[in-house]
Amino acid sequence: MKLWHKLGASVFLTGFAAVAAPQFAHAQSVIKIDGSSTVFPIAEAVAEEFQISKKGKVRVTVGIAGTGGGFKRFCRGETDISNASRPILKEEMEVCAKAGIKYMELPVAFDALTVVVNPQNNWVKSLTAADLKKMWEPGAQGRVTKWNQVRSEWPAQPLMLFGPGADSGTFDYFTEAVNGKAKASRGDYTASEDDNVLVQGVENNKNAIGYFGYAYYIAHKDKMRAVPIVNPQGKEIGPSIAAVNDGSYNPLSRPLFIYVRDTAAARAEVKEFINFYLTDGAKLAEEVGYVPLPAEAYKVALKHFNDKKLGTVFGGVPEVGVTIDALLAREGKL
Amino acid sequence: MATANVPDYLHPDSIRTGLSRRKMLDQVFVIVGLVLMFACLGVLAVLFMNLVLDGSERFGWDFFTNFPSRRAERAGILGAWVGTSLIMLVTAFCAVPVGVAAAIYLEEYAPKNWFTAIIEINVTNLAGVPSIVYGLLALGLFVYQFGLGQSIAAAGLTLALLILPIVIVATRESIRAVPKSIREAAYGLGATRWEVTKDHVLPYSTGGILTGMILGLSRAIGETAPIITIGALSFIAFLPSSPITSEFPFISFQWLNDPFTAMPIQMFNWVSRPDQAFQANAAAAGAILLGMTLLMNAVAIWIRYRFRKKINW
Repeated sequence: MKLWHKLGASVFLTGFAAVAAPQFAHAQSVIKIDGSSTVFPIAEAVAEEFQISKKGKVRVTVGIAGTGGGFKRFCRGETDISNASRPILKEEMEVCAKAGIKYMELPVAFDALTVVVNPQNNWVKSLTAADLKKMWEPGAQGRVTKWNQVRSEWPAQPLMLFGPGADSGTFDYFTEAVNGKAKASRGDYTASEDDNVLVQGVENNKNAIGYFGYAYYIAHKDKMRAVPIVNPQGKEIGPSIAAVNDGSYNPLSRPLFIYVRDTAAARAEVKEFINFYLTDGAKLAEEVGYVPLPAEAYKVALKHFNDKKLGTVFGGVPEVGVTIDALLAREGKL
Repeated sequence: MATANVPDYLHPDSIRTGLSRRKMLDQVFVIVGLVLMFACLGVLAVLFMNLVLDGSERFGWDFFTNFPSRRAERAGILGAWVGTSLIMLVTAFCAVPVGVAAAIYLEEYAPKNWFTAIIEINVTNLAGVPSIVYGLLALGLFVYQFGLGQSIAAAGLTLALLILPIVIVATRESIRAVPKSIREAAYGLGATRWEVTKDHVLPYSTGGILTGMILGLSRAIGETAPIITIGALSFIAFLPSSPITSEFPFISFQWLNDPFTAMPIQMFNWVSRPDQAFQANAAAAGAILLGMTLLMNAVAIWIRYRFRKKINW
């Protein structure tokens, strides 16, 4: 046993000293971020670039506890910034209020939920909200199993559905937008928390249809086809940066947020970080497969941050299809 | 004639054919066993080769010395492998002494009654508890109650809890394998219970104890769920504080309180990324994690070999 410990410790310490020693620095200020795994790639990109620009003087950590898990930690005061793929909910607002945690809600990018089919699928040209509802509503379970049950002109082929599991914010938003109630969905579809599994399902299956975040579609766009969605104005619109930005890709585009605790925002390095986020964040968000907000929106958001505009503009109730201008014009509530 | 009364099945010829048939069955079993064993090893080899090939473009010094990045080719596992090594160190230092002590008590000291029977059953049951349950327990107990926070210490203790039953069960098995006669001889010469344990039982069972420790650590090194629950990070571009400092007393335990990430979490994060280039990183990290496990096993086997050489009954 002694030998093992000595050996382990010496191997470990030498390895440590050789590789790691130069990177140690003195105790520094750390900006702690946790929350949604959807927002994670953006947060990671911004944190990476920010640390490079500060030459390691400020440290940033990012976790993936999920939107809900992130808010739990945020409302205990453990984190400075919470990533969220949906607005903060009523119950979470209450917990935060009880703990005396005040925050600013800042939109940082859009995600366009993308409905995709196999490239060999030659019958689906576009989908209306009603079509999607027919496929995905809870009542469709075990009943709607063929394409021609959605629209009679489509072939009598089996309808193979792929979608995220019930723990995902993507699932929450899609069910809210399509079925009118978050988490109301049929259960008999292939569900996976790993979107790459859904991608494979659609790639390998002629009769498949699925939905996931835009970034996953962009990474695989040569192997699948995004279906244009008929928006409330009656136009068929495919997912694209332009269509999300002008609000025409509706209702399946959603804003992503960060929540910043007010006491953390008083710290110089957090202020700098948010400034960096809202000025350089746009191109970083696009680089990792998300849709940046219009330039004007970042300016307004930054102004709100500097003016310490507290609270959420949703009042704890999720909404679908709100434009970014309308969001930023609203008054916040704690 | 006596031979006339011998039944057919005792006839030398039929005995001979019976024997050769049974020997052939024996051979068949050997072959089946070999085939099955190579099938298992083959699956492992194919998996490992697959990971190595998929991740081949990432292997290199940079991969070990870079922090995570949004660009796959720039992203490395420095934070992850250092975090995993430190967590394993804490886990081994906590689980092994406690586990071995518990096993010695149960085998050598504890009276055999209903109370120890209940303890025994529970220890065995604990080995089957899903790891996420340990994560939730640790979140409440270590992270909040004891105030350890999202730290390496909390992660190490969580995984130590997780592998404690494995260490206890393996240690007990190997203690039980020490022949009774050895103990009795020692007692006969007037040794106390502790002397018998220290000088005879423990040295002879070291091999088994090490096996248990390796089984436990091999399980712990791949665990994702419990350390995500207690708050492991996914992006962290700095290392825990150095255990060696330039100022007196030259040794620091600050690293125990530092935030961390670990290999399985880094892999999980890369596997679920939209950008396909990260799949290569995930494969490379997987191969390295497997390599770390094998290395740990190799060290233990070597130590076990050295201990075995010293034993002469």
